[in-house]
This record gives sequence, structure tokens and C-alpha cells, in this order.
Amino acid sequence: MNELLITLALVLVKLLLIFGVVLSLAAYLVLAERRILARMQLRLGPNRVGFFGLLQPLADVIKLLTKEDTVPDRADRFLFLVAPGLAAVTALLAFAVVPFAPPLEIFGRQLPMVVCDLNIGILYFLGLSSLAVYGVALGGWASNSKYALLGAIRGLAQLISYELSMGLSVVPVILSARSFSLTDIVVAQDPLPFAIVHPVAFLIFLISVTAESKRVPFDIPEAENELVAGFHTEYSGMRFGLFFVGEYINMIILGSMVTVLFLGGWHGPFLPPVVWFTGKVLAVSFVFIWVRGTLPRLRYDQLMHFGWKVLIPLALVNVLATGAILLWLKGS
Amino acid sequence: MNLWRDIRGTVHPFWVTLRNMLRTPVTIEYPEERRTVSPRCRARIVLTRDPQGEERCVACYLCSAACPVDCISMQAAERADGRRYAAWFRINFSRCIFCGLCAEACPTLAIQMSGDYEMGSRDLLKLVAEKEDLLIDGGGRDNEYDFYRHAGIGVGQVRGAGDEENPPADFRSNLP
Repeated sequence: MNELLITLALVLVKLLLIFGVVLSLAAYLVLAERRILARMQLRLGPNRVGFFGLLQPLADVIKLLTKEDTVPDRADRFLFLVAPGLAAVTALLAFAVVPFAPPLEIFGRQLPMVVCDLNIGILYFLGLSSLAVYGVALGGWASNSKYALLGAIRGLAQLISYELSMGLSVVPVILSARSFSLTDIVVAQDPLPFAIVHPVAFLIFLISVTAESKRVPFDIPEAENELVAGFHTEYSGMRFGLFFVGEYINMIILGSMVTVLFLGGWHGPFLPPVVWFTGKVLAVSFVFIWVRGTLPRLRYDQLMHFGWKVLIPLALVNVLATGAILLWLKGS
Repeated sequence: MNLWRDIRGTVHPFWVTLRNMLRTPVTIEYPEERRTVSPRCRARIVLTRDPQGEERCVACYLCSAACPVDCISMQAAERADGRRYAAWFRINFSRCIFCGLCAEACPTLAIQMSGDYEMGSRDLLKLVAEKEDLLIDGGGRDNEYDFYRHAGIGVGQVRGAGDEENPPADFRSNLP
């Protein structure tokens, strides 16, 4: 009984910690994105609220909460209200399988630094990131607006296409690590991160992940200049905020997936593992922001061509080549 | 090769953005720092005075006629010595588009555009400027210019004392 209580308390503490850290990280990622983008465009960015604008996320939340929460006429009310939560919750849930440090020794017991070390962690992650599309699709459909619907359709098509190449680019990693568990994959990267061993898979994964998070070169679901704001055109107030926060939580999740699968997770010299992990996630996030500041949006047909005619064949060939090499290494 | 060009065209912009990120932003943080406006800045309209401290405006209505949005109105009057002036002079800044046509039209350089651009208000009536709000002490852009030294009909000085003026001919001595 006592044992169970302590375990429960530890799990709860871990959950709260992750929840708090991920949410505040997402909030400050918004600020970081605005500041960094501004600097890339020779502007200053938000620097008024608090020291260096550090209270800006708080001000944004207050603003969003006090806005009117409108539901469009003849919208599907229930789905319309539920969709933003779906987008944010699926993004948050995916963090359950991300290991951010090696197991810790507390009160004489092993405490794995991951909410749930599933032995099919990657499949769980892929499944949840597929579920995330429901937030987009349902939100767009329920809005009863042509822009939102078009955005949702584009989002669906894009996410389905890029999920394929994302899944395929993970296969070489699984082949090398011989496990679906993310913890095992990180452990398998002790001497060399998989980004060096599988550079092609790394590149494909990075591109697919950018498409998955609907970020700039692939942001056609919310292409401002054609679709107003895409699937969240009709949303206001905190529901829009949920979509927004969901996008940034997604950015952190996908960043930590890149870190776990290709950048060696918590491995690194001198500094404690958690710092290495956070640093790598932030570095990947910076790359996302950098890409947003640099590249223009792809046209819809270009996006589809790139996904189906370049990335997926490349990923397939990569899987084949990796398998062959692994077989040859084993045979020799 | 085309592919090589495409790859370079994709990678090079990343260097551009990174380099620009490390440069100083060009933003001027307005309430704390203000840029010095250019000498030809067209902002709040002022009425200037000539070197003697008299109002330059002779209430000729040219500015009012030139104004495309009809924001200038006045009433002409004449002093005992024959010098014209505006009994009242009103500019409705809530309509003014700061085109500068009034200043261009003014024959006496009385109406001029100044560099004072901080004149926003939520109350439209506060933006209606009367003559005493518009008059300034100096001569503005061409400080030394005195209209009556160059033209006029002997109002500011005796006849023929102007700068480019000959004294009036004595028609008796001009007789053959």
C-alpha cells in the first residue's frame, strides 16, 4: 500500500513537472519565435511587457481569455468547441513516451525519467501525431466556412502524405536500435547519434516533421494570403489560443522526437543529461524558427510532388539500403 | 547543373537570415527615442511672423482655395493702416491631409508646414486649431523674408522703399 502510494506520488510529481515545463516552454517558444523572427527581419519584436518582453506570454493569455468566444452561425457546435482541445491534448499526450534523462535513483528505487516507457513508443508517437490531424480536420469542417474547410482538407492531405515519409525515415533508426522503445533507441546512440549514422533519414525526418507541425515552408493549411487563417479562421479567444499553443507544444514534441531519434537524446559530455536534452530540443526549435524566417511557402502541388515523388521514394530506398548494409555487417 | 543551383538557392538564404539576425535592428523605439525629422517634413501647420513680429498672413484665401479637403477657413479684415489680416483663422486638423498645398500657395510665406507630428487626439474638437494656436513667434523656414519689403502698396513702408522697387517717378519732372 505504502509502496504504491510513493510510486503514485512520484508519477504525479513527474507528470506535473512535465506538464508545467512543456506548457511554459511552449509559451516562451512563442515569444522566442517572435523575437528571433523579428531580429532576422531587422526588427526588435515584443519587448514592452516586462523585462525584455518576458511577460509577453502572460499578457497574450490574458488578452486571449478576455476575448469573446464566438461560434459561427450554423456551425457544428459540439465539434467546433471540442476540436481545439483535441489539437492541444494529442500534442501533450505524445510527450508521455519521450525519455528526457536516464533513470534516476530516488529513495532506493529506479525512477525512469519518462512518463511511460512503452515498448512500442514510436508507434504510439506516430499514432498520436496522426490523431492530431483530427483537431485540424474537425475544427475546419465544423466551422461552416469555406476557408476553414479548405484549410482542413489541405491539412489532411498534407499530414497523410508526410506521415508516410516520416514513418519510413524512422525505420532505419529502429533497424539499428533493434527496438521500438524510445529509451532503448537513446541508449543505442551512446557513441554516435543516429543523425551521423543515418544522415538521409535524419534529413527526411526533419523535413517531414516540419510538414507535420504545419510550419512555414509547409504551412498551406493556414496559408494566410489565400485562406485567411486556414482551419482556425473562425476561432477566437482561448480556443484559437489552444490551437496556437497546440502548435507550439507540437513543435516541442517533434523537436524532442528529433532529439531522441537522431541527436542522441540526453547523451553529451560534461553537462547533466536533462540540460543536454533541453538544449538539443531548443536547438531543433531554433532550426524550425530559422526555417520559418528563411523559406517561402510551397505551393500546394509542389508540396504534394515533393512528398510523394521525392521524400517517400528516397525514404524507401534508404530503408532498403540500411537493411542491406545491416545484413551485410551481420553476415561478415 | 539545375539541381545544384536549387540546393544552393535553398541553403544560401539560411546564411542570409542568420547574418541579419546578428545585425542591429533598425527599429526606433518611439516614445524613448525620436528621429530628427527632415527639414522638409510636412506636419502641423503654423502661421509665421515677419521680422518685425507682425503676422505675415494677409488673408488672401489662397491657402483655403488650394486646400483639397477644405480644412482652412478664415475671415479677412483690414487694419487702419491698410494692412490686411485674418480676423479669425481656423484649420481643422482632423481633416488636414498634410499635403502642403496651402504652404505652396501662400504668397507671403505665412502658412508653413512644421516638423511637429505629435498631434493625435481622441477628441476631434481638440484638433480644430484657431489662429492663436497656429501663430508662432518666429519666421519659420525663411526667417528674414518680409513680404512688404518686396511688394505691397506702401503699407509696411513708404512708397518706393521696397527692395526691388524704384521710387515713384515724379510725373512733373518726367515731362518733356
